[in-house]
Amino acid sequence: MSEPAKRKLRVATTSLAGCFGCHMSFLDIDEHLFELIELIEFDRSPLTDIKEVGECDLGIIEGGLCNAENVHILREFRARCRKLVAIGACAVNGGLPAQRNHLKLTEILEEVYHTSPGIAQGLIPNDPELPLPLNKVHPLHEVVKIDWFIPGCPPSGEAIWKALTDIVAGRDPQLGFGLLRYD
Amino acid sequence: MSPTFTLDGKEVPFREGQTIIQAAHAAGQWIPHLCYHPEFKPHGSCKLCTVTVNGRHMASCTTQAAAGQVVESDTEALNGERRTLLQMLFVEGNHFCPSCEKSGDCKLQATAYDLGMMTPHFDHFYPCRPVDASHPEILLDFNRCILCSLCVRASRDVDGKSVFALSGRGIGTKLVVNAASGRLADTDVAMDDKAIAVCPVGVILKKRRGFAVPIGERTYDKAPISATEE
Ligand code: SF4
Ligand code: SF4
Ligand code: FES
Repeated sequence: MSEPAKRKLRVATTSLAGCFGCHMSFLDIDEHLFELIELIEFDRSPLTDIKEVGECDLGIIEGGLCNAENVHILREFRARCRKLVAIGACAVNGGLPAQRNHLKLTEILEEVYHTSPGIAQGLIPNDPELPLPLNKVHPLHEVVKIDWFIPGCPPSGEAIWKALTDIVAGRDPQLGFGLLRYD
Repeated sequence: MSPTFTLDGKEVPFREGQTIIQAAHAAGQWIPHLCYHPEFKPHGSCKLCTVTVNGRHMASCTTQAAAGQVVESDTEALNGERRTLLQMLFVEGNHFCPSCEKSGDCKLQATAYDLGMMTPHFDHFYPCRPVDASHPEILLDFNRCILCSLCVRASRDVDGKSVFALSGRGIGTKLVVNAASGRLADTDVAMDDKAIAVCPVGVILKKRRGFAVPIGERTYDKAPISATEE
């Protein structure tokens, strides 16, 4: 009897309140992508353009939560992925978007759309299609359980590769000196 | 022959009056710390330097070395407790390392790297702490203050000025400056004060010097803090 082929891990990725820098850095693993694609297959991801997340082994999430849609997608990922990874500073601690957290949302919208120079009779966007912004930006672990974290802004390709190989091998990811970075 | 204690199983010699951390560092054994600085009296507030002495938790920067002590420091349990302390420091302030001038030279960040802190874990406070940019040469960014009191001690004990003080209690504790207006510009602070140089994090910053050293060449890019300091 021949051995059953080892099943590939099914992986979904998304960018919430992030800048896609972490996804770009993920592509920086360069030729390791060939090794990786032997081990995993992609579900919903900006790389596949699948819109709905299916049943997955791993969800990798870039960016924190700045609006209601972010929270909805995060909850979907949590429901469908066995393990979740928060990747990058924004997913881990809110990052740059969270630097608005000491300001009132109404004041920010006023300034951006009404009072800042160069804006004449601006309107605060209110199209019902637009997701409502949250009062404060939150990192992922404040809303759902996150299993692993890869900090960095963005984490380097080497750091991402190290963390992914740890995860695929069934280990908790560890980033040693030089790979563990918050900037 | 000088008396000794053991630290993680190794004999460490000490002189009468030395604290455990002083003797350990003199012997080349690293104990993580934030509020301790070899040039100043200990403050004993951050508790990062906590070790067990004959099984009891003690701050090694305020505990005198004594002959025959059995001291443990580099254990998974103690390092786990240190990580928790660091996580609390990170969420109590606003630490956005990518936009911090101190990144790469910061002792809080470097210690967190060294202890493998992958996440701040707790819910963030995101406190509102306006900066003091009143002084023409020096910026105070209170968002990153860890209340280590090093600037307080340096200003008082070395500069003879008391420009800085910690005010309030518990979670309400904050750094203040010695001027009725509350503004740094109205104090007698000077650019060559020891207090300006001693901040381990990115609070007391010389203006127009930020990001001068490229990533890769900053202090803790080259070696972990445990291998960099004495
Ligand atoms: S003070 Fe240190 S830990 Fe805080 S933001 Fe700056 S580099 Fe990061
Ligand atoms: S400003 Fe810096 S040196 Fe002073 S108490 Fe805060 S962290 Fe310590
Ligand atoms: S270094 Fe000892 S308590 Fe801070």
